[in-house]
Amino acid sequence: MVERNPALTILTHTVLIIGVIIVLFPIYIIFVASANPLAEILDAPMPILPGKQILENYYHAIIRGAKTLGAPVSLMLMNSTIMALGIVIGKITISLLAAFAIVYFRFPLRQVCFWAIFITLMLPVEVRILPTYQVVASLGMIDTYAGLILPIIASATATFLLRQFFMSVPDEMAEAAKIDGATPMRFFLSILLPMSRTSVAALFVILFIFGWNQYLWPLLVTTSERYYTLLIGINRMLAVGDQQAEWHIIMASTMLAMLPPVLVVVFMQQLFIKGMTESEK
Amino acid sequence: MEKRVIFENKILPYFLLLPQLSIVFIFFILPGAQALVLSMFREDAFGISREFVGFENFQRLFADPNYLHSVNITFIFSISVMILAMSTALYLAVMADRVIRGNNFYKTMIIWPYAVAPVVSGVMWMFLFNPIVGIITYTLEQFGYKWNHSLNASQAFLLVVIAASWKQISYNFLFFLAGLQGIPDSLIEAAAIDGAKPGTRFWKVVFPLLSPTTFFLIVMNVMYSFFQTFGIIHQVTSGGPNQATNILVYKVYRDGFIGLNLGGSSAQSVVLMIIVIVLTVLQFRFLERKVEY
Repeated sequence: MVERNPALTILTHTVLIIGVIIVLFPIYIIFVASANPLAEILDAPMPILPGKQILENYYHAIIRGAKTLGAPVSLMLMNSTIMALGIVIGKITISLLAAFAIVYFRFPLRQVCFWAIFITLMLPVEVRILPTYQVVASLGMIDTYAGLILPIIASATATFLLRQFFMSVPDEMAEAAKIDGATPMRFFLSILLPMSRTSVAALFVILFIFGWNQYLWPLLVTTSERYYTLLIGINRMLAVGDQQAEWHIIMASTMLAMLPPVLVVVFMQQLFIKGMTESEK
Repeated sequence: MEKRVIFENKILPYFLLLPQLSIVFIFFILPGAQALVLSMFREDAFGISREFVGFENFQRLFADPNYLHSVNITFIFSISVMILAMSTALYLAVMADRVIRGNNFYKTMIIWPYAVAPVVSGVMWMFLFNPIVGIITYTLEQFGYKWNHSLNASQAFLLVVIAASWKQISYNFLFFLAGLQGIPDSLIEAAAIDGAKPGTRFWKVVFPLLSPTTFFLIVMNVMYSFFQTFGIIHQVTSGGPNQATNILVYKVYRDGFIGLNLGGSSAQSVVLMIIVIVLTVLQFRFLERKVEY
């Protein structure tokens, strides 16, 4: 800061506090609703302080779920976790291998392979909904974990980020490994992989958020409640038609759906920022 | 840029690339190509016969008032979200950049909604503005303003803009703050010595220097509001009322997946593909400029 001006400092903090309140307000209200009985929420205005029913609501949501949906949140949490981890691990694994091949080998069609991966950036699910669904359906992967995970694990972002990192690894590393008689895979597993752990960790954080928050794709490939992810489940709980939505259960489920990715951002903020700023380069 | 030291092996690299490339081919290139091909055909309702019609699907698309309406509101939606999310984020980032004490607290608090899924943001705002139980609706009613976004088109539009912008503030904030912290203090000090007030310093020095970040964020925000807001629309309004929030990405889903109009939906997909390609090229252009600064 160039000058010290108390009035300006107070203004700064005021603006920031208002900003934080705007950002937090909706979440706070959701939390309040998740901790009150349904009757209190329906009786407008709804309370602005958490009530006594917090444990019951969450217990109820996790064990039984909403009446209109035959799946408890525990099952959907598990599905979301499987999908998110499957996407993260899948993306990182195949991108590590691809980046290694592109950086450390010379072979015909190398540029073609590189561009094929690049093209995925231009083909998000949103622009090829129907044909992708048909491919997945013809492979019999509707209502399977493979169907939820496999079609989205190609990753240009992860491949580029790792490629960039591999390019920055000193040539002497590979040279020394070659002189010592290491095979390419030995070099990859014993030297390159351990050196990449910060990049991989940063990727893990942003890809976990990406994977957990998938919505359009699970919406298409899950028709059975058995495979609903939590986000899909919440959408279904709200689709009650003429019946009364069970707001207390839905809001508890929403809090639970938010928790894992938010915890990842809050507790791994450094890695998150690194992943965000580097993957966009 | 190429590595000087490489490994000699004729087959191994192909094996290493195989998993990534097979996924790319089966789930990306194949369906993408299929969309391209289907956009040139007309299929009957039962999917039995298929007839080549050239660009007829596109001609029809651009003659369809519903589609033009969707294009129109997508642009308005996109620009509204961009302006709202970017200006709020920039303002907060400039403030956070000034703060010495409590910097990290503010940063964490503003960044973390990035982790909230668009559909969850939709659920939250939908609850706050629910005509029966919503606390904001109740407050508005005390001032004599009736809110019901399932009937009122402009209220529905406003609601999805709010839900989409709220979630995007954190992303913009993160990049603006990084951009601001990259501006050398000496430039601002020099301006201050020359007698420039904080406001002048911002508009004449900081803001122009921030332009690479701003352009990059404009592209990313357009990308976000075009494609990643599907969950918000699907949850909050389902494109309604009376198509008031039926943005392109939701329309392609509804026409293709629910309406089962293959040719028309594929033509829409191709239009979206072209938009993504343009945006991706722009994104990489601005990134190169960003490095220069």
